[in-house]
Amino acid sequence: MPGGLEFSGRLPGAFHAAGSSSFTEFLTQVAPELLPGRRPLPAGVALDVAGQLPHATTIVALACADGVLMGGDRRATMGNMIAQRDIEKVFAADAYTLVGIAGTAGVGLELMRLFQVELEHYEKIEGTMLSLDGKANRLATMIRNNLGAALQGLAVIPLFAGFDLDARSAAAAGRIFSFDVAGGVYEEHGYDSIGSGSLFAKSSMKKRFRPGLTSDEAARVAIEALYDAADDDTATGGPDLIRKIYPVIMVATAEGTRRYTDDETEALAESIIAERRENPGS
Amino acid sequence: MQFYASPEQIMRDRSEYARKGIARGRSAIVLSYEGGVLFVAENLSTALHKVSEIYDRIGFAAVGRYPEFENLRSAGVRLADLHGYSYDRRDVNGRQIASAYARTLGAIFTDQSKPFEVEICVAEVGPTPDADQLYRITYDGSVQEEPGVVAMGGQAESISGGLRTNHHNDMTLAQGLKLAVDALGSVGGENGKPRKLAANQLEVAVLDRQRAGRTFRRLVGLALSNLLETTEAATDKPAEPASETPPDRKDASSPGDQPQPPSAPGTPADNASGKQPAPADEKPAGDKPAGDKPAGDKPAGDSAAGSKAADDTPTEKADETPDDEG
Repeated sequence: MPGGLEFSGRLPGAFHAAGSSSFTEFLTQVAPELLPGRRPLPAGVALDVAGQLPHATTIVALACADGVLMGGDRRATMGNMIAQRDIEKVFAADAYTLVGIAGTAGVGLELMRLFQVELEHYEKIEGTMLSLDGKANRLATMIRNNLGAALQGLAVIPLFAGFDLDARSAAAAGRIFSFDVAGGVYEEHGYDSIGSGSLFAKSSMKKRFRPGLTSDEAARVAIEALYDAADDDTATGGPDLIRKIYPVIMVATAEGTRRYTDDETEALAESIIAERRENPGS
Repeated sequence: MQFYASPEQIMRDRSEYARKGIARGRSAIVLSYEGGVLFVAENLSTALHKVSEIYDRIGFAAVGRYPEFENLRSAGVRLADLHGYSYDRRDVNGRQIASAYARTLGAIFTDQSKPFEVEICVAEVGPTPDADQLYRITYDGSVQEEPGVVAMGGQAESISGGLRTNHHNDMTLAQGLKLAVDALGSVGGENGKPRKLAANQLEVAVLDRQRAGRTFRRLVGLALSNLLETTEAATDKPAEPASETPPDRKDASSPGDQPQPPSAPGTPADNASGKQPAPADEKPAGDKPAGDKPAGDKPAGDSAAGSKAADDTPTEKADETPDDEG
């Protein structure tokens, strides 16, 4: 087992150290090889990974009346190939927050898993949750640690959204944070998108978003934005009616996080497609 | 000048020291019921927990010196999280945690001049009550798997007899809670009379069998006092099996309706019980006993207690950060 036991069978000192409630810090001491961003990469070489590793693509997030909603398409690409048709890129990080990832899927999924454990670990050790800003800063630190790999082509960028339990009202509780590879955190207002199709998704949301959307309306706006992104970006997948693969939509509210069922997203996607059939655009 | 002391003598002295320390604290009970595993500890503090979450289906209860079991608790959380992160969440089980605790406590007992004055229970909730695993680990690292119910602490001997006779695996939550609360109250009263414990003297949590993912849930505030009232009401009904209430506890509710303070005040060795209780109804009624979703309070801003909406998460919650110093 990683970390190992002492000769006497006693757990090593790091397990008993007081003061740290961060799982990442603990890993640094007992099993640094498990940390993302700590692996030596060939120096001075920029890898051409786009064609060789799966990449996750478009994520959208928008605030709604009772919290915040996040959606992601289901495609992972490897250069001109489709690596996976039904990848999931939007996750609940804990009971009140959502994370979507874009970029190198392998690194992103690992970061995501570490971030989930990090939040849960803090909560269990301290007996209380991190604040929403605390969580965003923690995620930024993890992205920053990946900077070396990012500069060599293994970049990953998350989009973070959550229900802020300390907000003054429910309408202000849904908050969205975006990041850059250097670890910058930027709070976004209303809506945001990341990934290859983000340009198109953002333009789509710019026209359709308004403050105070219900979560169902927001889900519709999100799926439309992903549809628009898929329309113009080959790396973003649209709703796949044949295989019944629809975007993942998750919402974080005072009640916690919830994933829209496939039936719900199917109904939304089909009604959007029916509308587009009338007016496909050119 | 070094005197010779035989190993037997040294071990006996350490055991006696540890036992004395543990005996000063108040007891805790862990039991299986139909819907999961129930933890009940006598604890006046709402922030310094004796019962807590280790992993998805694993909980922890301890009695004795707070800084020592808090140390063990965080080691357990670290071990479980490390294991779950290295392999998979399903690969973490109660036996691993219990055996790590046993070896750690065993090593401390033999290597260090002062043993840990703690007794801990690691409980894993299974798909059925028969599959629940309750491990009791004592100060010297000996570990026992006890089926159904574990009582720990100074008066464990005197309360475990009645507990074991009256416990059965298909109890409801309310019945299990009543059994545990009566057992905790059966000792420490004046002139051997049973005490009546109120919600603010208890720390109660469950591992919910039906829930997926993290099953640990605290019962606090109104959720707990309502459940306690239900069990009080149930005592008056003949519907409950007569064997449920042992003859010597029939009058559990009679010595005045006011909860009595424990006759033995918290000693410095029992810091976790030393704080004044908060009024039981101060918090919003968050955790519903049977809700399988986090019972959401109104979002912040609707009340002065806005920032306390965090109490309603499905997971372990406390208003304050537990003090490492205890």
